[in-house]
Amino acid sequence: MGSSRSRFSAYSLVRQGVSGRPWPRMWRRHELESSYDAVVVGGGLHGLATAYYLAAEQGWSRIAVLERSYLGGGGSGRNTAIIRSNYLTPDGVRFYDHSLRLYADLSAALNFNVMFSQRGHLTLAHTDASLRTMRWRAEVNKIEGVDSEVIGPDRVKELAPSLDTSDRVRYPILGALYHPPGGIVRHDAAVWGYARAADAHGVHLHQETEVVGIETSGGRVTGVRTNRGLISTPVVANCTAGWATTIADMVDLPMPIQTFPLQAAVTEPVRPFLHTVVVSGSLHVYVSQTDRGELVFGASVDPFASYSTRGSLEFVEGLATHVLELMPSLDRLRLLRQWAGLCDMTPDFAPIIGRTPVEGFFVDVGWGTYGFKAGPAAGQALAECIAGRKVPALIEAFALERFETGKLVGEKGAAAVGH
Amino acid sequence: MLLLECPWCGGRNASEFAYAGEPMPRPDPESAGPAEWRGYLYLRANRCGWTRERWYHRAGCRRFFEIERNTQTHELRPVGGGAGGPDE
Ligand SMILES: Cc1cc2nc3c(=O)[nH]c(=O)nc-3n(C[C@H](O)[C@H](O)[C@H](O)COP(=O)(O)OP(=O)(O)OC[C@H]3O[C@@H](n4cnc5c(N)ncnc54)[C@H](O)[C@@H]3O)c2cc1C
Ligand SMILES: [Zn+2]
Repeated sequence: MGSSRSRFSAYSLVRQGVSGRPWPRMWRRHELESSYDAVVVGGGLHGLATAYYLAAEQGWSRIAVLERSYLGGGGSGRNTAIIRSNYLTPDGVRFYDHSLRLYADLSAALNFNVMFSQRGHLTLAHTDASLRTMRWRAEVNKIEGVDSEVIGPDRVKELAPSLDTSDRVRYPILGALYHPPGGIVRHDAAVWGYARAADAHGVHLHQETEVVGIETSGGRVTGVRTNRGLISTPVVANCTAGWATTIADMVDLPMPIQTFPLQAAVTEPVRPFLHTVVVSGSLHVYVSQTDRGELVFGASVDPFASYSTRGSLEFVEGLATHVLELMPSLDRLRLLRQWAGLCDMTPDFAPIIGRTPVEGFFVDVGWGTYGFKAGPAAGQALAECIAGRKVPALIEAFALERFETGKLVGEKGAAAVGH
Repeated sequence: MLLLECPWCGGRNASEFAYAGEPMPRPDPESAGPAEWRGYLYLRANRCGWTRERWYHRAGCRRFFEIERNTQTHELRPVGGGAGGPDE
């Protein structure tokens, strides 16, 4: 860490507490320079992780992250913070498993507590068809060395006693895919941790800096235009999630992405009673309990494409109905807040990472409703891709070309609704 | 809730409709190559602003129609009804 940054530790906590001095700022402000070696567009988890690994692991300097609003103001500060690696395709499983391993060591690597908690993850099956997909997922997971198994309703009841596992409901629980390594990570902490560590490695973080155009010459990137002036750079990384196509349009690159809002809601805090993450694809709902005791709920994406982050009454009505089918004892609990974020959905529910036909223009997009768990691995792999001549094996399957070659990475069975 | 104007049934809640997305003319199967099919299947403008799109009145007259919607503000207007058209 750079000299101006203080190291967080038990000692620094006590010292700071006793002295009563304010904590030092987590990252600095810089003048916008007229040229950088790499410009990352989007100050969410993916953009910050990419910049951090480019500096910390690839040894690059002169890197800027440009964020139109504030760091973490997009999906990275709005998600429900669920991590897991029980995907359906071997490429997906390997990728997310690597990301979870990076998360496991992230607090130490960044010297920032990201509140990593592997509390277990249950995906409920209410139909024979979903049980079949779960068996398939469990087998793929095991082959890749990821802990996943299909369990029956009795075991589900042991793990989450508040679930109604009787057969007196409209969609009885027939079983579940149990994934012990799944859990939650504090989403803001992951964003701030990467921002602070990137800053310490000399990355310039520019908030309130909007990219309005990208300059190219002879099929190569030469610079970006911003609301604060022109920057010349040979490398631009598009990490803008829901706004991904608005940036790709600046270099006339069509992308197979559509933007859909995803809503979430949180209840008042109660004593801890739910120790695993619970997802029901059939009921379009998932829930976990935070360390503060609030229940965090999510659902599937809104039914039509949009760039609006307004919440809807329809969403909370549907949510309450489905949650009460699963956990009738929650009927007196009050919702505190609801919100929405934008999701960049791809046709196969897998991301698009790596190079593009425009030289110097890299993408890390298509993260839809599942990109929070992917931040560390995606940032690390993209940094490697930018710095090296080779595309890392971990992300080969996620190249943009797959929509031409037809080699899609079908993750719908593991990525839709269930986070 | 969006209130959508079906040309046949009038204003109804969006929950009666299915969103069918940006209108995409189907390529000619006799002549279309992989690139054209790729565009038809996967590529959309995904514009932030006014777009033209198709909806299906699922729980009503079961007919398709086109409408213009601003994807940022959710304002609606009939096709070609705005001053500047879909690209405004
Ligand atoms: C409600 C909800 C729940 C979710 N739950 C989960 C979950 O449980 N687990 C999981 O793994 N994933 C989840 N996701 C998905 C996850 O949040 C996203 O995939 C992830 O946060 C994407 O991170 P990002 O850094 O790529 O994008 P973002 O965090 O969205 O950052 C993109 C940034 O780009 C900026 N930007 C846009 N245009 C410009 C421009 N022209 N110039 C400069 N900056 C620009 C934006 O302001 C934004 O800050 C959820 C998403 C939502 C909305
Ligand atoms: Zn009608």
